[in-house]
Amino acid sequence: MFRGIIDPKSRGLIGAILVLLFILPPILPRFYTYILALVFVTSLLAMSLNLVLGHGMIFQFHHGVFYGVGAYTAALILAKTSLPAWIGFVAGPIAAAVAGLLIGSFCVRLTRLYFGMLQISLGSLIWAIVFRWYSFTGGDDGIHGIPIPSLISSVNSAYYCILVIFVICLVALYLILKSPFGSTLEAIRDNPQRCEAVGVNVRRHQLMAIVIATFFAGVAGVLFVVLEGSVFPDLLFWVLSLEVFIMCLLGGWFTFAGPILGAAIMVSLRTFVGIYTEYWTLILGIILILLIFFLPEGVMGYFLEKLKPQVKEAAEGGAN
Amino acid sequence: MLRVKAVDKSFGEFMAVCQANLSVGKGELVAVIGPNGAGKTTLFNLITGQLWPDRGKIVFRGEEITGLPAYEICKRGIARSFQIVNIFPRLTVFGNVQVAVLSQQRRSNNIFSPAQNLAIGETKSILESVGLWDKGKNIAGSLSHGDQKILEIAIALGNEPELLILDEPTAGMSPEETAATLELIKNLASNRGLTILFCEHDMDVVFSIAQSIMVMHQGRTLIQGRPEAVRENREVREAYLGGE
Repeated sequence: MFRGIIDPKSRGLIGAILVLLFILPPILPRFYTYILALVFVTSLLAMSLNLVLGHGMIFQFHHGVFYGVGAYTAALILAKTSLPAWIGFVAGPIAAAVAGLLIGSFCVRLTRLYFGMLQISLGSLIWAIVFRWYSFTGGDDGIHGIPIPSLISSVNSAYYCILVIFVICLVALYLILKSPFGSTLEAIRDNPQRCEAVGVNVRRHQLMAIVIATFFAGVAGVLFVVLEGSVFPDLLFWVLSLEVFIMCLLGGWFTFAGPILGAAIMVSLRTFVGIYTEYWTLILGIILILLIFFLPEGVMGYFLEKLKPQVKEAAEGGAN
Repeated sequence: MLRVKAVDKSFGEFMAVCQANLSVGKGELVAVIGPNGAGKTTLFNLITGQLWPDRGKIVFRGEEITGLPAYEICKRGIARSFQIVNIFPRLTVFGNVQVAVLSQQRRSNNIFSPAQNLAIGETKSILESVGLWDKGKNIAGSLSHGDQKILEIAIALGNEPELLILDEPTAGMSPEETAATLELIKNLASNRGLTILFCEHDMDVVFSIAQSIMVMHQGRTLIQGRPEAVRENREVREAYLGGE
């Protein structure tokens, strides 16, 4: 299944990073382990968005909703029912995918900006329900003290759980992008009209991509519950969706790993600049302006562009 | 094989296509000619489902395909190239054709196996037959205009069509490229037994390869017949050939 998919040169690098991530937690202060885990969760959310955004050019403006639906579903099952915890963990992504299917099937009728506008309205509807339905969702207080199984309730064990799921999801997303489904999605991004003309049902294909992306957003939502033990309506608010959108642009939306970088930058900014000033978004704004002028393809896109001659040679060397 | 019966299409007040008739027999090489704005491209868009006709009927292999979405028409065996280059500019040349082949093989929705191991042979043979195999790894957007037009045809071949529709296949090409493209079209017709419907500006091209010619003028079909008959038709001369 993996044969020839990952080029041998990057295999060593990926392995080294993985080993490093596995041995870090006992060494790092607890706070940093937590931040790292938060970066993974946020990265997964950003990457799930980028499946449809960067690779499908579908303007999924309100991706946060599906993150929230996944998180709330898991949280409600864990906190309010006596069902085994794994049911909550499995139900989260499925609920997110169902929400993706429902909202998506309305939105794919529209294109580009109109798609995004309709999605913001439908998504905000779900946010409003969660925000107001005190008896069920806890309203603007959210749900706190969610009972997480003791096996993964400490910061370190949650970290490992999140890391493993994160890596599995990355591999799955990578395989999906390299599959015929993924290459057809990229073809639709480039030229939907031509895709129709070669026999691709463009809307159905886009809807399927949305369902897959929202499923992974739901996984990220469940991981958030595992890490935080609480949920609140901000998870579904449009501001978060915008942040995730920016992460993709910041990291490089036409690259595979770009959103990870974008998420890492955003989480670090909020954490470390946020200590000094609550106006950390000001710094973000300045970075965004610089980005638009100097790195329009994102940070990762910029470095890949720089590396290109070498990459090309490596690819040719690999083919011989 | 293909019959277009009294098809109309208007954009607001403007009748782009009006009472157009066309028939294409199996294995034929049929040309549509007419001055700029005669409605040739609109007619092709109506046949392949990019546009829906206001009135009239389009029948392909005994089945009415009027108003079907483009991807359904493609699945029934009609593939096309576009007048203005319409490719996947960010994908490789290989990837461009592979998308069509995968769609033809009903594999576009497969999410479990790597695309790079699928449909290699079919894609390769198409690229070889049009002479683009050595450029397979190039990004399609970086090709020359002539090569992009050829890639247009290659993408259409990826669908293994029974009827291939080419909208001005040689538009913007140099004389050498035009000659090579004509050779290619003739080969496709004879070697693959493809039925080809095309439109073209260059009269020499049309009269040298077409077996049947349909003349359009102001959205209307003036005549369809063998090249000699069309050449001698008085109405056609007045409307079109007379200007030359």
